[in-house]
Amino acid sequence: MPAINLSKMTAHDPRVFDLDQLSLRELNQALHNLAPGSNETAWEVLHPKGSHSVAVGVDQPVAIDVRGSVGYYCGGMNSGSTITVHGSAGPGVGENMMSGSITIKGDASQYAGATGRGGLLVIEGNASSRCGISMKGIDIVVHGNIGHMSAFMAQSGNLVVLGDAGDALGDSIYEARLFVRGKVDSLGADCIAKEMRTEHLELLQGLLDRAGVTGVNPSEFKRYGSARTLYNFNIDNADAY
Amino acid sequence: MTYRNPPTTPRKSATFDDYTLSEIRRAAATGIYDIRGGGAKRKLPHFDDLLFLGASISRYPLEGYRERCDTSVVLGSRHATKPIELKIPITIAGMSFGSLSGPAKEALGRGATLAGTSTTTGDGGMTEEERGHSKQLVYQYLPSRYGMNPRDLRRADAIEVVVGQGAKPGGGGMLLGQKISDRVAEMRTLPKGIDQRSASRHPDWTGPDDLEIKILELREITDWEKPIYVKVGGARPYYDTALAVKAGADVVVVDGMQGGTAATQEVFIENVGQPTLACIRPAVQALQDLGMHRKVQLIVSGGIRNGADVAKALALGVDAVSIGTAALVALGDNDPHWEAEYNELGTTAGAYDDWHEGRDPAGITTQDPELMKRVDPIAAGRRLANYLKVMTLEAQTIARACGKNSLHNLEPEDLVALTIEAAAMAGVPLAGTNWIPGKNGF
Repeated sequence: MPAINLSKMTAHDPRVFDLDQLSLRELNQALHNLAPGSNETAWEVLHPKGSHSVAVGVDQPVAIDVRGSVGYYCGGMNSGSTITVHGSAGPGVGENMMSGSITIKGDASQYAGATGRGGLLVIEGNASSRCGISMKGIDIVVHGNIGHMSAFMAQSGNLVVLGDAGDALGDSIYEARLFVRGKVDSLGADCIAKEMRTEHLELLQGLLDRAGVTGVNPSEFKRYGSARTLYNFNIDNADAY
Repeated sequence: MTYRNPPTTPRKSATFDDYTLSEIRRAAATGIYDIRGGGAKRKLPHFDDLLFLGASISRYPLEGYRERCDTSVVLGSRHATKPIELKIPITIAGMSFGSLSGPAKEALGRGATLAGTSTTTGDGGMTEEERGHSKQLVYQYLPSRYGMNPRDLRRADAIEVVVGQGAKPGGGGMLLGQKISDRVAEMRTLPKGIDQRSASRHPDWTGPDDLEIKILELREITDWEKPIYVKVGGARPYYDTALAVKAGADVVVVDGMQGGTAATQEVFIENVGQPTLACIRPAVQALQDLGMHRKVQLIVSGGIRNGADVAKALALGVDAVSIGTAALVALGDNDPHWEAEYNELGTTAGAYDDWHEGRDPAGITTQDPELMKRVDPIAAGRRLANYLKVMTLEAQTIARACGKNSLHNLEPEDLVALTIEAAAMAGVPLAGTNWIPGKNGF
């Protein structure tokens, strides 16, 4: 385990963490040491250079601006903080997020928002395969396209895609709602297009507003969700798998 | 008087035996594979095929009841700043709330705590029953991530990344609709009453290089305090152990095919994975080859029943064992007291394994509010503690007879095997010979 050299921190603005000079461990420990009500509410991370696990497990309502691209699991298990990555994100950004928000200014790799339970994940570029896999309540808004097998086994929450979706969207989906504005290459097992009722248009408008999307009308989207035919096993459905 | 040709005795096929015939009829009638709980029921090479040599002229024993024989073990000292210290090298394996009732989980916590050991969550999140009554609780990190959250991660005493389990290496969890009660559904963020089939792969990593990054994330979230275990089914124990060590695990858990499950396909349980005995030496060898034996701890589970099994596993190089099925039996599972009700379910005490149906007469593998009242968590916890203590005393008895002042000083040289198969798997001589099959070229 790397040692924490707190004395090095005094040479810097306490809100600015340069990962060229301080370790990932020091960054995350400092974020975890924040007491409720701390006035250190604005943080800036410099030179992330693809580091994994940047700002994971933060549980205070602080704003964290990451200046550059990050590796795996940025903002993992985030609870209440507002993270902005001014770059792209590697696999599993915002995995199992509980609350708060994460915005990726660039693209996101695989498994963005995997198993997320709450909060908002916004990807201003494209997201790769398995976006929203096993999501459990998180809201995800992707400005661009998403890759194949997205929302696989998605349990709850909303996935909004302004662009296109790849193959097998929503395979084995449970109760999550999927809204796609562009084309869907194919739907996965038990995922079907569904009627867009007033309540869904309102929900979608709210999601677009929260994600800062303007000039886009909810009526441009199609809604997808579970046909619920695989919820209880039936041998005659075996060829669906 | 006429001569009658003597008939031959009716003869049943060894290949198409009664069980096989009944399974064919069952499959044809229902159109679904057989699902059950528990582990492999077939006869397998096991610890029964090993014997201790005991003391003799060249080895002198310790006095039973007088000379100390240490049973403690520390798990997770490789990287964790707060490793787990156990009084006994027998832990309680992961079993989910959902598959087990709340009172059963509480009883496991109570029993483990009384005996000075840890218990483990399962594929359903952490309940207050078990956190509140478990002094040391291992929190499983599973592909489904049901109920996963950073608060529980931080209030766990260790984290176990589950890659697989012995009953079904390569298979995900299964909990059928009968057991998805309101509480279970809420904890798993699922609709009530559906047949829940968990993912078999983790959603956000694949392969050993990703696992290393995932372990780093879990350490960062928990400030490097918690020991991180990696649990694998008994598939490729040498490589799985080596890769878990490479990925940064503090503890490797290898679960052989006798290890139980709440529910999966019978065909999976009986035909995938290796026996526990076959998994131990390859796992130990991997640790030794990496120079990590006793630095990364090895826990083995699957069919551990008594202190002799514990002692044999430790003699083969294991640091601790885990029990699941045996712990449930100590709580009251399959107790003949409920024989009439087992008969009503078409089975008998000792054979009941339809745990997925949620109608367990013993009140353990159920979410039925009336049935689960049959488990008194305090009394059942006491029975589990008694059982754990008996196992420990038995293991000590053997260790002292072998002249060891610690269970962890037992060694392969204390053992012989009764069968060629067990000798080959355990890497100890066939009894009465100096032959270890597979060693020295033959």
